[in-house]
This record gives sequence, structure tokens and C-alpha cells, in this order.
Amino acid sequence: MRAVRSTHPANLFLPRVVCGRGTKSVASLLLSLELVENASSSRGQASSRDSSSNPSISSGISIFLHCPELCKHLDSPDNNPDLPWKFSDTNKEKVKEILSHYPSNYKQSAVIPLLDLAQQQHGGWLPVSAMNEVAKIIEVAPIRVYEVATFYSMFNRSKVGKYHLLVCGTTPCMVRGSREIEDALLKHLGVKRNEVTKDGLFSVGEMECMGCCVNAPMITVADYSNGSEGYTYNYYEDVTPKRVIEIVEMLRRGEKLPPGTQNPKRIKSGPEGGNTTLLSEPKPPPCRDLDAC
Amino acid sequence: MGLGLLASRAMRPLKYSNSRVFIRSIVSKPELQSPEASSAAAATALEPDLPPRSPVGGARVHFPNPEDAIEVFVDGYPLKIPKGFTVLQACEVAGVDIPRFCYHSRLSIAGNCRMCLVEVEKSPKPVASCAMPALPGMKIKTDTPLAKKAREGVMEFLLMNHPLDCPICDQGGECDLQDQSMAFGSDRGRFTEMKRSVVDKNLGPLVKTVMTRSSVPHNFWLNRCVRFATEVAGVQDLGMLGRGSGEEIGTYVEKLMTSELSGNVIDICPVGALTSKPFAFKARNWELKGTETIDVTDAVGSNIRIDSRGPEVMRILPRLNEDINEEWISDKTRFCYDGLKRQRLNDPMIRGVDGRFKAVNWRDALAVVAEVMLQAKPEEIVGIAGRLSDAESMMALKDFLNRMGSNNVWCEGTGAQPNADLRSGYIMNTSISGLEKADCFLLVGTQPRVEAAMVNARIRKTVRANNAKVGYIGPATDLNYDHQHLGTGPKTLLEIAEGRHPFFSAISNAKNPVIIVGAGLFERKDKDAIFSTVEAIAKKGNVIRPDWNGLNVLLLNAAQAAALDLGLVPESSNSIESAKFVYLMGADDVDLEKLPNDAFVVYQGHHGDHGVYRANVILPASAFSEKEGTYENTEGCTQQTLPAVPTVGDARDDWKIIRALSEVAGMRLPYDTIGGIRSRIRTVAPNLLHVDEREPATLGPSLKPEIKSEMDLTPFGSAVENFYMTDSITRASKTMAQCSAMLLKK
Repeated sequence: MRAVRSTHPANLFLPRVVCGRGTKSVASLLLSLELVENASSSRGQASSRDSSSNPSISSGISIFLHCPELCKHLDSPDNNPDLPWKFSDTNKEKVKEILSHYPSNYKQSAVIPLLDLAQQQHGGWLPVSAMNEVAKIIEVAPIRVYEVATFYSMFNRSKVGKYHLLVCGTTPCMVRGSREIEDALLKHLGVKRNEVTKDGLFSVGEMECMGCCVNAPMITVADYSNGSEGYTYNYYEDVTPKRVIEIVEMLRRGEKLPPGTQNPKRIKSGPEGGNTTLLSEPKPPPCRDLDAC
Repeated sequence: MGLGLLASRAMRPLKYSNSRVFIRSIVSKPELQSPEASSAAAATALEPDLPPRSPVGGARVHFPNPEDAIEVFVDGYPLKIPKGFTVLQACEVAGVDIPRFCYHSRLSIAGNCRMCLVEVEKSPKPVASCAMPALPGMKIKTDTPLAKKAREGVMEFLLMNHPLDCPICDQGGECDLQDQSMAFGSDRGRFTEMKRSVVDKNLGPLVKTVMTRSSVPHNFWLNRCVRFATEVAGVQDLGMLGRGSGEEIGTYVEKLMTSELSGNVIDICPVGALTSKPFAFKARNWELKGTETIDVTDAVGSNIRIDSRGPEVMRILPRLNEDINEEWISDKTRFCYDGLKRQRLNDPMIRGVDGRFKAVNWRDALAVVAEVMLQAKPEEIVGIAGRLSDAESMMALKDFLNRMGSNNVWCEGTGAQPNADLRSGYIMNTSISGLEKADCFLLVGTQPRVEAAMVNARIRKTVRANNAKVGYIGPATDLNYDHQHLGTGPKTLLEIAEGRHPFFSAISNAKNPVIIVGAGLFERKDKDAIFSTVEAIAKKGNVIRPDWNGLNVLLLNAAQAAALDLGLVPESSNSIESAKFVYLMGADDVDLEKLPNDAFVVYQGHHGDHGVYRANVILPASAFSEKEGTYENTEGCTQQTLPAVPTVGDARDDWKIIRALSEVAGMRLPYDTIGGIRSRIRTVAPNLLHVDEREPATLGPSLKPEIKSEMDLTPFGSAVENFYMTDSITRASKTMAQCSAMLLKK
């Protein structure tokens, strides 16, 4: 089950705010409330001032800014419309290629692939200036791009780590222990959900079913460490709390590890320890006698 | 939808209902479970002799092609409708008002609120009538248990997340949701979760948002405002952000709504999510008295309703007029009303020797004015009507000054030598609604977006509907539709006239080309040359044909058309320099720099505005909301204002003041009533008595003598610098000042 949106501003006003699995403490709730005011009244300046005087608030703001479902842009030094943003030269070719898939009078169809490319280029997240650039390329009003970017949870509108770890939280994975996996990851990395580690290497997010239920639980590693050229998006299946930490450490060391099932006894999504049924050669499907024609 | 109609429909005893059941629970009735049975029951229950019903709201059915008529049955009542009508429109023609939230006749069809569900025979499910095209022989049932149950279900969903704050909501009493929940709502809901809440947005000084009230599952109604902003107003600022229950309306980046039509989202919002900020918590709508009148802040003459409580104007709402403003009004029209309460002149005043004004009574003030006036030579007397003057007072002013021997009467904004001879030379010949037929526009020295926002909305509608081309000559501006900026001044105009410019072929190839010339050019010295160049383009481009007149002038002020109809033309162009007595009838934007220092200035008006600084005597007059007056709009349509509130202090109607002054001066005008003055108008401009009728110009520009003068090549300027502040009322308005401060800075 998808956890209740913990830092959605709307929820801050509810008495019953659920954060991940546990109920948020009243203190943190009040803090967040204060943050909403800070953030909405004097955006950029307030956060920078607060961060010097009160570290706890600054970390709170970072949660607030990193809330994936916040339908509002808040100006910050690294994310504001005045920052220039352009596709790199190699990606400009890709943009052309993507646009060639669509009729010239339906350029706006390219919005999702272009946002995806922009996200890969920008280290896994979309600053508002990148969305504006995409809007310019497909010749629509920026709000039309914001609509798409806020709709899809795969577009990150706040900073993520070079390795963005997405834990599947849908029912089959949840039944098979995805919560423990997320807990292990968060504890190991010492961050909260959607927060980036200090070294900027990792962040942990949540996602919906990726269709690997037969190998549940699973995580996905979006690798933004090598830009859009070396971008990978790999599934690691049949993970355990111990295994995900190993995966994190391997990623930290820059080692490559084969994606797919992490259970050595399984081959892809086959049963553990080999097949137990359908052992014989499958019969061909019945077919009419072609010679009879 | 009328509350009464809905309530009566809901309360109408249904044949199948069990009259012993008094408590209506949300558990559906057994007979509602089987749609087949209920529809069959409803079919048999039809009376064959249904009384004919009249269309909802007097809707007109226009058959573009008589062969395309199809027959459908609404509740058993047969009717003919044109092909392409939706089921909902068919029901409206049949006189059945279908409840709806997301559907709006002037916006694109969204089909997402599902409130308009009706039953259609042989259809397995209820259909959303707003999005379903009517097909020949369709049997539509609007009043069946199935339709009712479907709407009740929708209503329950709609109310799921809606806050229970009707008592503190400004929409209360005129809320679609309130009305329709009277008919289809339950007294209890089954939703036990927490209600959703959304952070409010700052959309500027005009529109107040309470976003929680729009929090309805799915992207329901606010969609209307998104569609309005995108389609009608032409600002792509609003969007639907997020998804699922986290979805909300917003701008994503911090942004104010910079449209001159933004106030209309208040009207189209079916709930209280968008309400008027200046009107917030000021009054309840059932306490207000509505007066149907017209707007005078620009030359469009938008039809409005002034809602007043006691002596105070509380708000201004649009009235439907398909030919002029459809059902929108500009923000200036809607929110200027607080200017009617500030800076008002309420007593006659005379400036003493110390330069301060002293309040006097009418008798003394008029005696002083008449004495000075009689001492001045006739050619030294000048009268200038203001931009908000009505036809009656302008007629009286002209008659009075003529009797005094002076013929120096004009209306501000018409320039030194206005062309009042040929009516086609100063009105919009195509008519505002006629612009919709055009396929090519040439805007010469006019920025309709700030000069006449409703005309601009019409052009935008045409551009969206027929991909009409727009060429614009003037200072660079944002017109909120695609346009080619051809140039900035007469040079480009000359190129087009000589056929050297590529846009000339666009005009000559167009089926219905339209040229709009701005009235700001009236003030230019070379205006005759400009107009003859424009006429040359019109002639070459076949803009004027027996069946199509595409040559238009877009006027700036409410008084202009009537002033020119009445012949308010100055005798000499430099009469101000030699004037000894100046009568300003609400004229605030006249350049009095050249006026001799010893000249005596009378200011008759309702606001202490620019005109007062130089005045020696002030005569307080009533504003447009306080008097009955005739105005002619830019397309030549005569309309009248009606008094909504009593006037302030000792102020009087403009024409009455002049009539009284004429008697004191010994030149008594021969009319004592507004009827009398109108019979006088009949002899000068009879079209000003045909109220709510558009009188087209009969003669074209071909009669004009040829003009030899050369055009001055200085570029065209912009006629309106600040959309929000153009006259004494809007300059006195706090809301308009906020708008200019917040929305115009960039």
C-alpha cells in the first residue's frame, strides 16, 4: 500500500498525519507548520537565514522541498526560473530525434520523453528552468509542462542522489517485506525518505508496482552518476534487508552488479531450486494439417 | 439553474415512490436497482398530451441548414434540433434544465463532473448529456429514477471532500452546488475519512481563492476556470497540478493572474472556490438589489447588473448580451465600483481668493457661473464633455453653448477636428459580434486588449475558431493571441496601401477582412491622411462590399460615439488658447496647459479628479450608477443606464445642472424632463432613441473628399497607458490602484 503522503502541505493541517509507517510527532508537525508559513511568506531568504541559525529547521525545510507531491515550486538557489538551463549538445541531437517521432503540429506529444531526457541530464531531477526549456522546445505554455511533471511521480522536482533507490511499495512487495527493506535502507544511509545523503550519492524513494511481483520484493536503482549517456534504470529483485545494504555498498564502491534476481537459487523468475512442474518438453500447439491444403 | 425549479423537480411526487416512507435514506430504493423496469414504468407513465415547453432561458435554436434537423424525444416530447447538438442542448431546447457543473456553453466540453447524467433508451448506462451528441430518434429521459439515482450518486461524491463552510462562504445563496444539493443531495454522507484541504493560492488583488472548496475527487470543476483562462482570457497560467487526491489547481510557480478578464472566473466557478476579493464578506447576495444597466468605463458598453444595498454599490456583475459582451466583463468594469464611493464631489464649491474651495449652495454657484459666462465673448466660451458623459447632457451642453453664441463644444478624446460627418468614419461598422465572421484582422494603432477588452476577447475567439490572421501596427504589445507585428507606424501602413507589404495579400485574399483603427489616432495631426490611407487599403483589399463592411474604428470612451452623433465638434481647433470661460462637463483629460491664466473654469463632475485642479467653480454631478442616461457604444448600439443608487450629497444629473444654469443665465433651454430632452435628441440623432438597437452607418467612406496631406512618419503611440485607470471613477478606485501596482509592474 502506498503510504500516506507525509509532507503534503494539505496534510499538515490534519490532526492525523501519518509519516511513512509511524505517526509523526506533534513537535515535528508544528515544525512543519511553521515551515509552511516560512516557505510561503519569504521563500528563498527565509530558508537561508534559518539554516544558519537553526539547523533543525533547515533540515525540515529540505524535507518540505523534497516532498515529491508538492504541487508548488519554491524558489531556491539551485532551483529557480532565472537559472539558465539548456540541453547538452549530444542531447540536442536526441531532442531532434525525439521530436521527429511526432508530427510537427503535435510537438507537445514529446513532453514526456523530453522531460525524461532533461531529468537524466540534470542528475535525476527537473529544476523549473529545465521544464521551461522543454516548454519552449515543444512550444506550449510552461504550465502545460508543469501539469505533466507534477502528474507523474517518476519526475523528480527536487534533488535526488546520484543513485536514486526506489523501493516498490505496492501490495505484493509490501507483503513480502518491502517496508523492512526501506527501513534498512533509510537506517543504513541515515536519511529520511526523499532526502539525499550528505555526500549526494544516494536517495531513497518509493514507487508503484513495476510488474516484478513474482520476484517481490524489489528495488530499482536509477543511476544518474554518468549523465544521460550512462544512465541506467535497473531492477534488483528478491532483495532482503541485508542484500540491499550490500547493493548500496557495491554502488558506493562503483562496482557493477548484475541486475535481476538477487536470490542465487533462482534463475530469473523461475522457482527457487529449479522447476518443479512443467518438466517435460512442452507439446506444440495443435495446428491444422498444412499439407492438406 | 433555478433553485425553485430543481426543488420542485425533486419534490415532485414520483409515481413509483412509496408515500409512506418519509425518511429518505441513502440506501437506494429497490425499484431503482433495475433500470429496465423503471424505464419501462416511466415509458408507460408518459402522458401523450404533454404541454409544449419553452426552451430554458429563452434559448434560441438556429438551424444553419434546415435539412440537418433531426428529431429527438425528451421525456416523450418530440422536438426538432439541428444536427450536432448535444443531448444537453436538446434538453434545454425542450425546456428541461439539466443540472451541470463542469459544462459551460462558452467553454470547451470537459465531461468530467458527471452531474448531467440522463437516461437514453437502449443505452446500457446513463450518459453524460453534455458530451453526448444527440442522434436521430434518440429517446432521452431526464426525470427517471435511474437518472435521479445517478445524479444523487455523483452529488454524494462531489460533497465528499467539500467543506461544510457555507455559512462563511461568499458564494452562499448563489452557489450551484448548494442549489443542486437541495435537489440531489442527501442529508448525510457515507464518507468517514478526513476531508482534504488545500493551501490557498494568491491570484492577485481581485480573485480570492479558497481552494479547499474546490477539493472534489477527480479534476472536477475548477477545470472551468482553467478552461476559461486558457480559452477565453488567453492566459496560460492556471493548470491542474498533481494527481489523484493530491490534485489541485495552481500556477506551480508563484504567479498572479495577469488577465484583464480574470474576474470572470468568479462567475463561472460553480462553487465558492473563487470569489471576489473586494466583495469578500461585505454582503449576502440576497440582500442586494440588482439594477440592470450598462458600463461606461470603455466604449464597449458592456451590459452589467449593479448590485446595491441601500445607497452603496456592492458589486457589479455581467449581464448576458450576445452582441456585445456575451457574458463576460473586464476587470475594470467589474471592480471599479469602489471608485464610486471615494473622491466624490457632493457640494457646489467656489474657489476663493486664497485658492481654497468653499462649499456654497446651488443658487450662488449658478449665479456666479452665469455672471462670468455672460461677461465672456461668445467665441471665448468653450465647453468640453467628459469621457463618461451621457447623450442627454451633451445635448444640453451643446444647446446651451449654442444659445450663448459659442460653437466650441466637443468631447474629450475626439481630437481637434473630429470627423463627425460620416458616421461610418467613427463607429465599428462590422459590429462586435460581426467580428466573429472575419478571417483576417489589421489593427492600426489600436491595442484592443487595453482599449476594449471585450472586443479583444471577441477577436481572440475568432482567432481560435477560424484561425484568423491578425496583423498589428503600433508599439509592440501582448495581444494574447497570435499576431504578426507588422510595424510601428505610418510607414508600414503606407507599404500595405501600396501593396508592397506581404500582409496586403493576406487582406486581399481574405473572405471577410477587417481593419480596426484605434481612436487614439484621432489626436494625431495627420489623422485625415492616416484615415485616407486606411480607406485606400480598404478599397484595394475589397474590405467594404455591399454585404460586408470591414472598416472599423474602435473608440476609447463611452461618450465618444454619441458626442459625434450629436455633432459635438469644435469650431476652431485652437479655441482653448483664446478661451475666457471653459465649461468642463466631467472632462479630466483635457490639456489645459495652454489655457490663459485669467480664464474661468467650471468643472461639473462627480469626482475630484484632474479637472478640479484648475476649476474655479465645482458643480457636483451624479455618476453613471446614479442617473438615467443614454450612451452609444463603439459599434453604434444605443443603450441606457438606470439609476441603481441615490446620488451623493447635493449632486444633480448633468443635464439638469445645465438646464438650471441656462435659466439663471437667461437663455432657458426648452426642456424640463428627460423626455423633453430626448425629443430634442430625436431631431439631431434619432438613432440615440432606439435603445438596445444597433444603428449601422448608411453611407460609406466613398463620399469623402480626397485628402492630399502627407502622413507624419512618427510611430503610433498607445492610447491607454494603464488599463486599470482610464477615467475619474477608475482613478479613484482603490482596487484599480492595487491592480495597477501589482499587475502592471514587470
